Amino acid sequence: MIDLIARLKAPWPWYIAGAIIGLIVPLLLIIGNKTFGLSSNLRHICAACFPANIKFFKYNWKNEIWNLFFVAGIIIGAFIAAHYLSNPNAIVINEKLKLTLTNFGVTDFNHLMPAELFSLNSLSSIRGFILMVVGGFLVGFGTRYANGCTSGHAIMGLSNLQWPSLVATICFMLGGFIMTNFILPFILQFN
Amino acid sequence: MSNNTQPLNDIKLDDTSACINHSEKKEAGFSLLKYTFIGMLFGIVFVKAEIISWFRIQEMFKFQSFHMYGVIGTAVAVGIISVAIIKRFNIKTIKGEKIIIVPKPFTKGQIYGSLLFGLGWAMTGACPGPIFAQIGAGLMSGFVIFASALVGTWTYGFFQEKLPH
Repeated sequence: MIDLIARLKAPWPWYIAGAIIGLIVPLLLIIGNKTFGLSSNLRHICAACFPANIKFFKYNWKNEIWNLFFVAGIIIGAFIAAHYLSNPNAIVINEKLKLTLTNFGVTDFNHLMPAELFSLNSLSSIRGFILMVVGGFLVGFGTRYANGCTSGHAIMGLSNLQWPSLVATICFMLGGFIMTNFILPFILQFN
Repeated sequence: MSNNTQPLNDIKLDDTSACINHSEKKEAGFSLLKYTFIGMLFGIVFVKAEIISWFRIQEMFKFQSFHMYGVIGTAVAVGIISVAIIKRFNIKTIKGEKIIIVPKPFTKGQIYGSLLFGLGWAMTGACPGPIFAQIGAGLMSGFVIFASALVGTWTYGFFQEKLPH
């Protein structure tokens, strides 16, 4: 029993996580004919809270309320994992990445996110503001423009062998590659 | 589905992005909680497999770790096999309905939008699912990223008709 809890608290391996995420696709289909996709929730929240007479937000978002219940579950599950199943050890990070980040003054390697970049305090630094505020904007704008995100395109779309989803997946992997390798080193200079 | 307020040329877009609920049976109250339970499992996985970690996303885009490729690759493989089984054996929902998966129509927006989303993903270390998990895990940055993502989505809605698709 103690061994089981210790294993649950240690970081879960990719094959367990991948298998569970993959099984959510048939589970949602079978229990309610629902297609997996998370970014549309951002649209539903806009439609529910700030429709502002914009055509894109004029639809019956209540038909999609199951997805907001799903998201509520994600928030609760993450809370449980962070409070009752948290890893007692520091996160394991690639040494090369640590070295790169240390050169930019990012040295908090104890948590899931480095506090120098992702905290309310760092919001007043140029790089913190760009990463959180501009980055968040691009996630919301880009996923809606692309009509899907990692869950809707990469996982659900590819599961259904949709070539437009393959195009989308390649494009967002490319966007991420460009950001991390070519643009981020520039942004991180502005402390 | 529900949308009679948009002109015909928008309906295609709308069919996949908002109206993805194909069950004809109305669900309410307790029946919806089953989605919350599945979501909880998902939220736990997001945190425990460190998918919400900015470091894991940087390692992925620098090819310094196999972890995220393993997660996404396994999920896609399991998803492809599951959907193939559902189609092959014509598996019905628990309420006996035929399972419908609407195809994703191609628009050029998938290229422009996905590139922009990719930039944002590498900046925040979060795609839309993990944003909610970051909030649940108590990361204050998650609230900021979430609010910005809402503004981004709203801005897209505002300019939708003027953007090339």
